[in-house]
Amino acid sequence: MAELMLGNKALARGLYEGGCSVVSSYPGTPSTEVTEEAAKYDEIYCEWAPNEKVALEVAFGASLAGKRSFCGMKHVGLNVAADPLFTCSYTGVNAGLVICVADDAGMHSSQNEQDSRHYAIASKIPMLEPSDSAEACAFTKKAFELSEEFDTPVIIKMCTRVAHSQSIVEKSGRVVPLEKIYQKNIAKYVMMPGNAIRRHPVVEDRMKKLAAYAEDCEFNRVEMGDTALGIITSSTSYQYAKEVFGEKACILKLGMVNPLPEKMILDFAAKVEKLVILEELDPIIENHCKALGLKVTGKDVFPVTGEFTQSLIAHKLGVALAQTKPLSEELPNRPPVMCAGCPHRGLFYTLAKLKCTVLGDIGCYTLGAVAPLSAMDMTLCMGASVSAIHGFNKALGKEGEGSTVAVIGDSTFMHSGMTGLANIAYNQSNSTVIILDNSITGMTGHQQNPTTGYNIKGDPAGKIDLKALCLAMGIARVTVVDPYDLTECERVIRKELAAEEPSVIISRRPCVLLKYVKNQKPLVASQEKCVGCKACMRLGCPAISIREGKAVIDSTLCVGCGVCTQLCKFGALS
Amino acid sequence: MTKNVMIVGVGGQGSLLASKLLGKLLLNEGYDVKVSEVHGMSQRGGSVVTYVRFGEKVYSPIIDKGEADYIVAFEQLEAARYLGYLKMDGRMVTNTQKIDPMPVITGAMPYPEDLIGKMEANGFAVDALDCLSLAEQAGSVKAVNIVLMGRLSKYFDIPQEKWIKALEESVPEKFLDLNKKAFILGRGE
Repeated sequence: MAELMLGNKALARGLYEGGCSVVSSYPGTPSTEVTEEAAKYDEIYCEWAPNEKVALEVAFGASLAGKRSFCGMKHVGLNVAADPLFTCSYTGVNAGLVICVADDAGMHSSQNEQDSRHYAIASKIPMLEPSDSAEACAFTKKAFELSEEFDTPVIIKMCTRVAHSQSIVEKSGRVVPLEKIYQKNIAKYVMMPGNAIRRHPVVEDRMKKLAAYAEDCEFNRVEMGDTALGIITSSTSYQYAKEVFGEKACILKLGMVNPLPEKMILDFAAKVEKLVILEELDPIIENHCKALGLKVTGKDVFPVTGEFTQSLIAHKLGVALAQTKPLSEELPNRPPVMCAGCPHRGLFYTLAKLKCTVLGDIGCYTLGAVAPLSAMDMTLCMGASVSAIHGFNKALGKEGEGSTVAVIGDSTFMHSGMTGLANIAYNQSNSTVIILDNSITGMTGHQQNPTTGYNIKGDPAGKIDLKALCLAMGIARVTVVDPYDLTECERVIRKELAAEEPSVIISRRPCVLLKYVKNQKPLVASQEKCVGCKACMRLGCPAISIREGKAVIDSTLCVGCGVCTQLCKFGALS
Repeated sequence: MTKNVMIVGVGGQGSLLASKLLGKLLLNEGYDVKVSEVHGMSQRGGSVVTYVRFGEKVYSPIIDKGEADYIVAFEQLEAARYLGYLKMDGRMVTNTQKIDPMPVITGAMPYPEDLIGKMEANGFAVDALDCLSLAEQAGSVKAVNIVLMGRLSKYFDIPQEKWIKALEESVPEKFLDLNKKAFILGRGE
């Protein structure tokens, strides 16, 4: 049956049809829906792991035990999972092991736009790259077979436009292969030097076999057209190339991007007059072609940064663009903002008021950096706030300790903030770490985590008590505050900054978008009492604006959190 | 010939349901369809855009400048922001609602005046309607998305009952009457 499916949902369908039994992932845009959709199939055990390294190791363990398994993540997640990745390339698998990594060229929701193909090359693991939902489903099923045939993990690389576009998928049934009984094999699975030395040549030999396989496999194909122009491409760039040229160019469409089919590329190049490489981000296919002695057009014309579009390709290759007539005036932009009633707002308002240096982390609360709050000084990667504040304070001593805080969400703290806190407790800096506990993984769209007490299906699960955890890790000062209470927030932050020992503040209130959170009645701004001082505007709440010099509240947005009423000296907001 | 519809608005306004409805309708009509959405950070009250493309065979999932046959805008400023994506003979279908973005809230910039007049002055066909009032009339301010789909349906060569069928497949039973009402009010017949 044909269904319009999101690329990520189609990949999950491929997991189901391909007989996958165990899925462990950490959420990250644009990969999250793969695991959410997989969790809807009762035949697959699914979980959110605390981070990508744990998730990949769980999937590896399941493969070892003999069940087809899967792990999904965004591109930066693969940095975290890189340690098991490189060595499970050496061990190989028992049952099929498939890893999905979703790149985010254009950085719609990421802190960098690294090209994950480098990982496939560096770890010597085959990588498949679907260009639409139908391929996401088909490639995933085939990836399990490939994994078992060549005794290797297989990476499926998605990108934002394939992951978050819907196209038509023909569904079929689930086929579960015979279980591969686990057998002890120390030489294969215990990677100590004596064994690993013998596994490395196996990996090199496997790559040679895969390179031969790539020359004649269902993932790579040539579409002949006008031979004046030949295009080698993959993923969404293939779709853009077809959009611009249709049958007016020859296309070598690569579905397997590591290893590359050298003979196929050389044969294709010999048939066309001009050879163009279309690939987002880094010139990987291009450099490979150049190493084969081919003259190609690639990053000399196309950008290394950002996403491609059909117009970009048309423009760079001399095809006329559609006529447009945008408005000539400059329009105010509309950046993302913390939601009305967001529990993070009160906390960031207090940090801004106290002029703190704020070392930030990855999550909705990164929006604390946006005006008018502008209460963030650094965001690097998951967990970096807690590690970096220790370095910052060790470098500056008392000067830093009295005015610097780290802020990190509950899920991010479980992901990789704990190890930073262990360092603070061990090497003793008088650092103040604020855990923004909104009882959910927010930015990626509400996933459960080890602190929420629920699993991926929403059923009750183990629950880690953040306060008890921090105390057990050797932080003696742990305080819980309600970020809606500005007076209490300010008192506690001042006190903990002044303390002569490490401390943790847990700013606790559930995300306002959670279904069980009941909104209060929207507030109203009294036009008589408001004097237009704009004190409430310092919060950056999207529900409050100024009309003709006075505050007005948008009743469709306001959830009645009452934080603004604490800033109004004239009692105009109620 | 591939047709292109862009849906633009502010994160949280319900554009995903609108694209779901369109996707179902066009699939039922036997077209090849691609729908491209935005998830993640930009959803938090930011400017969001969804692309819907249909025809005999659709390749690219996105719509580029000067390629849209229709833009369906949930908010005036967002309509104006994406005007450059409209074909010169394309049609803008927009809600007249205004939602202040942060630079307007903080007072850094004013909300631009007479955007609908300016879009028309650029030579585009603009169909502007107060969807918020119509949605309220239908029973919920959240039905703005379906009011807009009702208005868009006027310009499609697909019978109304097919739209209603796709609507039935897209929304939960208990909200169906409300949404049907919103659709009819938007269509305005």
